[in-house]
Amino acid sequence: MAKRSIVPFGPQHPVLPEPIHLDLVLEDETVVEAIPSIGFIHRGLEKLVEKKDFKQYVYIAERVCGICSCGHGMGYCEAVEHVMGIEVPRRAAYLRTIWMEMSRVHSHLLWLGLLADAMGFESLFMEAWRQREEILNLFDLTTGGRIIFSVNCVGGVLKDMDSGMLRAVADTAERLEREIAPLTKTFLKEYTVQSRLKELGVLSREQALLAGAVGPMLRASGEAYDVRMLGYSAYQELHVEPVVRREGDSYARCEVRLEELAQSLRLIREAVSKIPEGPIAEPVKGNPGGEYFMRIEQPRGEAIYYVKGNGTKNLERFRLRTPTTSNIPPMVDLLKGCQLADVPLLVLTIDPCISCTER
Amino acid sequence: MKNVSKSPWLLHYDASSCNGCDIEVLDCLTPKYDLERFGVINTGDPFQADILLITGGVNSQTASVVKQLYSQMPAPKVVVAVGICACTGGVFKECYNILGGIDTVIPVDVYVPGCAARPEAIIDGVVRALNILDKKTAELYAGKSGAQGGHDGR
Repeated sequence: MAKRSIVPFGPQHPVLPEPIHLDLVLEDETVVEAIPSIGFIHRGLEKLVEKKDFKQYVYIAERVCGICSCGHGMGYCEAVEHVMGIEVPRRAAYLRTIWMEMSRVHSHLLWLGLLADAMGFESLFMEAWRQREEILNLFDLTTGGRIIFSVNCVGGVLKDMDSGMLRAVADTAERLEREIAPLTKTFLKEYTVQSRLKELGVLSREQALLAGAVGPMLRASGEAYDVRMLGYSAYQELHVEPVVRREGDSYARCEVRLEELAQSLRLIREAVSKIPEGPIAEPVKGNPGGEYFMRIEQPRGEAIYYVKGNGTKNLERFRLRTPTTSNIPPMVDLLKGCQLADVPLLVLTIDPCISCTER
Repeated sequence: MKNVSKSPWLLHYDASSCNGCDIEVLDCLTPKYDLERFGVINTGDPFQADILLITGGVNSQTASVVKQLYSQMPAPKVVVAVGICACTGGVFKECYNILGGIDTVIPVDVYVPGCAARPEAIIDGVVRALNILDKKTAELYAGKSGAQGGHDGR
């Protein structure tokens, strides 16, 4: 047996702006074990629910994570609305769906850029992030914020889009669909990308299910599981098909996210064409009493929001299970047996969002 | 930026931020704002950095990491707190695991408010930090000890 050594990875490290720490046990260049330790950005947000009124807490829920901000606000609001028996106006449901899909496009482009950066493909990184700016401009136009835009409220949304904004959204989605085609081609056909990603970190369907993978990670291993199929918000009236690949390697994960990108842009245009007229928020009376589990599909996978109210203005308990939490066990499986040089790339392919995980 | 005397190298660390300010810091370096054209590099190495950009408030786990990164940077060095959480603790101020803004553990030179801080504000903060860096450099050459010389904070 070769001599074992331990290499610490993180918390301040080159692949992500966020801190995660891994102890990598090596035999020569091969990783035999990876021991993650988390908690660097734990703030204790779930506990804050006892200090803030349930309507104020939407702002805290949106700040669980800056990338999935819109989704967290939406998941929390939908859970509270179910507890209180509030029916959201259709226009508000459509607006939420449009912002949510825009967030997905922004998140996937961000990930693709980081992936290119981890491979050392600088120009592709810049190109992906350049395309992402288009979506951020749209957020700026429709809400006034670029990253955290706080549009959700219990009972609906805070801002409406007029016809000019809706046209701008549809036009940008159409233009991006065209402009993303060459990007997709570079990611999928380029020799350097293929040689770096193909057959790297293969996760079989059984392994993925056993370890509890969710989102693009699970779909790249051949399981057609997408919570959007449940038809919350406006998804029941849109055509959502889970994007599935069978190979389960890093290349398949990249492929799934690229196809979801195109799918989201199509969904945005479909939602804009179908959006009904009407009010954007339902008035909220009383306090929530009761409990509810809400599941929504975040860019990184299934997120679960549990809300328990006791009839006062403060909720008794709010629990959030984020996609990265479920994707860390399969990531640890992938790291066993890989080369040290592949570790950054493998950590990245689960699309980790540490601030969601640790809250 | 015409009175800027050098191309600073940045060190970015997420103390406990929600990611929002972090991706805006990266946005400053990518095509729309493209600070790299002025030679600004986001280095991962504290030993080569001039400016420390910190996002998020300090919690019990990151306090020691922030102190260590700061002490590893060579003098003269400037600290920029990016986002309202890094300035005061922001919306997370009442959380049980948040000690407060960055200035509870290390001295901060420039405060950039905002949630999330916009790239324009971050760039402005970095330009102000550069002026402070020039002043600290001059003080260091003049032999004054007030410029946080050497590896302190241990």
